[in-house]
Amino acid sequence: MTGRVWLGWALVILALVAIPVVISSSFYLGIVTHALILAILALSLNVLIGHAGMTSLGHAVYLGIPAYAVAWLSTQAGWGPIQSIIVAMVLGTATSAFFGILALRASGLGFLMITLALGQVMWGIAYRWVDLTGGDNGIRLDHRPVLLGFDFTGAVPFYGLVATALVVALFCLWQLDRSPYGACLRGTRDQPRRMRMLGHDVWRIRYLAFITSGFWGSVAGVLYCYDYTYVSPQALSLPQSAEALLMVVLGGAGTLAGPVLGAIIITVIKTVVSSYVDRWYSLLGLTFIVVVMLMPRGIVPGVRAWVGGRRA
Amino acid sequence: MTLSRRGLLQAGAGVVSLASTSRAARADAPIKIGFLTVKTGPLAAGGIQMEQGMNLFLKQRGGKLAGRDVQLIVADTAGSPATTRTKTQELVERDKVDVLIGPLAAFEALAIADYIEAQKMPTLGVAAAEDLTQRHASPWFARATSSSGQCAHVMAYYAATELKYKRMAIIGDDFAYGHEQNAAFLRVFEDNGGHVVQKLWPPLNAPDYGTYISQIKSDVDGVFMSFAGSNGFRFTQAYAEYGLAGKIPLIGGMTAMDEAILQQTGDDAIGIITANWYSAELDNAANKEFAAGMRKDYKVDPGYYSAGPAVAGAILEAAIKSVGDVSDRAALMHAIRTNVVDGTIRGPVKFDDKGQAIANVYIRRVEKKGGRIVNTVIKTYPNVSQFWTYPEAAFLADPVYSRDWPPAKFLEN
Amino acid sequence: MQFWIVQSLNSLAMGGLLFLLSAGFSLIFGLLRIPNLAHGALFMLGAYLGATLLGLQVNFWLAALLAGVGVGLLGVVLEAGLLRRLAGNEQGQVLVTLGVAFIIADLCLMTWGGDPMPLPAPRALRPPVFIAGFAFPGYRLAVLGVALVGALLLWLLLERTRLGAMIRAGVDDRLMARSVGIRVSLLFSAVFFLGAALAGFGGVIGGPILSAYPGLDADMLPLALVVVILGGVGSLPGALVGSFIIGAIYNFGSALFPDFAYVLLFLPMVIVLVVKPTGLFGRVLR
Repeated sequence: MTGRVWLGWALVILALVAIPVVISSSFYLGIVTHALILAILALSLNVLIGHAGMTSLGHAVYLGIPAYAVAWLSTQAGWGPIQSIIVAMVLGTATSAFFGILALRASGLGFLMITLALGQVMWGIAYRWVDLTGGDNGIRLDHRPVLLGFDFTGAVPFYGLVATALVVALFCLWQLDRSPYGACLRGTRDQPRRMRMLGHDVWRIRYLAFITSGFWGSVAGVLYCYDYTYVSPQALSLPQSAEALLMVVLGGAGTLAGPVLGAIIITVIKTVVSSYVDRWYSLLGLTFIVVVMLMPRGIVPGVRAWVGGRRA
Repeated sequence: MTLSRRGLLQAGAGVVSLASTSRAARADAPIKIGFLTVKTGPLAAGGIQMEQGMNLFLKQRGGKLAGRDVQLIVADTAGSPATTRTKTQELVERDKVDVLIGPLAAFEALAIADYIEAQKMPTLGVAAAEDLTQRHASPWFARATSSSGQCAHVMAYYAATELKYKRMAIIGDDFAYGHEQNAAFLRVFEDNGGHVVQKLWPPLNAPDYGTYISQIKSDVDGVFMSFAGSNGFRFTQAYAEYGLAGKIPLIGGMTAMDEAILQQTGDDAIGIITANWYSAELDNAANKEFAAGMRKDYKVDPGYYSAGPAVAGAILEAAIKSVGDVSDRAALMHAIRTNVVDGTIRGPVKFDDKGQAIANVYIRRVEKKGGRIVNTVIKTYPNVSQFWTYPEAAFLADPVYSRDWPPAKFLEN
Repeated sequence: MQFWIVQSLNSLAMGGLLFLLSAGFSLIFGLLRIPNLAHGALFMLGAYLGATLLGLQVNFWLAALLAGVGVGLLGVVLEAGLLRRLAGNEQGQVLVTLGVAFIIADLCLMTWGGDPMPLPAPRALRPPVFIAGFAFPGYRLAVLGVALVGALLLWLLLERTRLGAMIRAGVDDRLMARSVGIRVSLLFSAVFFLGAALAGFGGVIGGPILSAYPGLDADMLPLALVVVILGGVGSLPGALVGSFIIGAIYNFGSALFPDFAYVLLFLPMVIVLVVKPTGLFGRVLR
């Protein structure tokens, strides 16, 4: 089993390295980069949905708040990239720490609604607090950052940064899932009452998961800002949160490959397919319906089951 | 194993390209126009009209501009800045277009501004955001339509000097486009002796305007509204329902009584005066042909959104005639911004040093004509600059028009 | 004084509209435990169907009923064809309703185009009513009336009929209801029909105020969510009270606290959920 796992990781890294070699068009490489950033966001949301069993419709907050922080600090305060990124990460994670306290007052549908409402409140603030956020005009960055001597303006270097972040995220979340804490988290998802009876502090376990998802979401948020060198309230919007949710559920919540695959599929439909198909929006809706009907637990578990009864 | 910077760059230098569509630039190759519009989502109303206008413009020229074939590549930005940027990249890098027309919304244009600059891509924009041709102007951007404030200045001047209003309330969507129009109106209105005594800001997605209409002071001479899209029509309808229609005159910005919603608004609209850079009733030769074509092909009068690309197309055509070879982008852009083009559907157009058109602004009144509801032109202000009569340097030294600038000094509670 | 009277009337009128929007959502959410994210799209579809029927000179109230029935039937197809197969998979059901919402929205755009379509109110209700010296739109008072009548009819249905008793049983305790012999799956279809029909009907009734335009679904769905969360899932009195509270918050809030207009509705929702997660009238559902 260990051998197969190392092979899996080697394949992932090989694929990520091969992509910029095979795709020399900076446009298509850019699309892959967009998809991988959203994959990190989806992976962070997966901690909540897949591992903790809590469905959130307000996750775009962790994409938007760090993005705004980076944008504002870089342009208005004139800070360098390293300081901006650190503050953005702290701010994003702190937001999840605060929102977690509010959201974990409920569970199930109530949790869904609180996260949705919090997301909408943050969106409203971003839209309306024009002096801080630029309102619907957003904030523009002049250029991508120069970090540690690397200039990330080019498509390939920036892709490298994103791919590295993705690998780190995958590794950390994989380890988290395999750890005793991960087992506890899954326990609170499947059998919360039993976990309580066994003496676990279910609230604290879930709260940690919330903060973890906020942390990795913030990583995606920082990269998102640098990717487009622009942030607007759309980054915090309900459609963005819904999109992240869809990526996780489409690909397969609870798996590691699922959210990544979901992110890639949805990004491809939105950016590439939409150039050829006018009614791509209907196609997107149809994709959700078809996948959910045929593979109710997502594509990755569905394919695994279909290919032949391996551990789903 | 570490991925070194050199290793990454070497890998990036590339071996095999997966999908490239490179075409050698030949003098007889078709001119490729990248068209950024919104085809899905809430902004689709304007975007669909833009596409109709663009298609008609090209169709009426047999698919050619200045004798050369045109290939129009349409991209759906879905009203999302992220998607707009991706689609722009696709048009520039994959489709290798020669010029961009669009995008529709201000935040879309801002999202791609630095990219167009870096790629040196001539862009004929239609989004109205002020700073695109003011404090953040780019030599690669030109706007043949108008900035948010350009027509609002004129409306305010007309309201103060011809309608002789003294006290007004202004209302508009609470986002940048509404802020900029209302600010421009307030500035010129108060500089010409008027007082704005009330400002109301319904959110962009307000389900109902009743609460705002109920707050309008009963002793104002008029109300200026700067709505866009269906909001203008819904507001006007509610305004009539609350009994204000005959009592307090309503005047509007460039999209408030757009031709697209005139027929729907029906009799409630009659008498409303607005200022816009266009009216379907303009009787210059180019517009007569264009408007007739829109009515025939799409059964609608052209308005703000369908006329925009047609004006941009005329500017582009004149520029191509000047330079001949479009592969020299700098020359093409220079021609776009320096030509004086007489035959556009909005009248004669020339550009200022920031890339914004200086052209006619029309005062229109909604009237019933032959069973149809139209925007009749009642006055024309020629050679209107985006800075109105203010000196350019002083104008640009001030902050950009926003919700609270210029400050409203005469608000009453 | 006039300010308070007018804004109170505005609040009542808006509350009526919100009730017609959210009653169906609350029913479906309560019985089937599905937050039907296609609800806004069904409302919009009803508005578009109504606009077309009114364009054909169909009587206003008849158009509203027809649109309601049409959308209701679509709802049954959705429930029986898609959602029932996903019984137990709540996440999947939410995703499917979202997918359906996308498709309905896109097809409406394709069918009716991008421009807004007006729905003219019945001629008799168009002139304003004069109250305390100012004009108030006659039709909005009619909407309030329709909402109250609708609430009464629904209450009668739920409290005084067998069908209603079965619905209430199913909302309270689904398992027990089944074991008592209630044909729960048939009930689900009936409730989904009712919920979707209410949405379609509401779209037409709300049409003279809102009109039919692309994006109506996205504007309305959050309002339905807020009302139902505030009032409590599955509770009809809750939906009624919630609607009027939200109407009041929106109208008075926009007038008194204009700076908070964009967060006016969701901030109270956060507060309610944090303090009482089941809403004002909701109970813990089993």
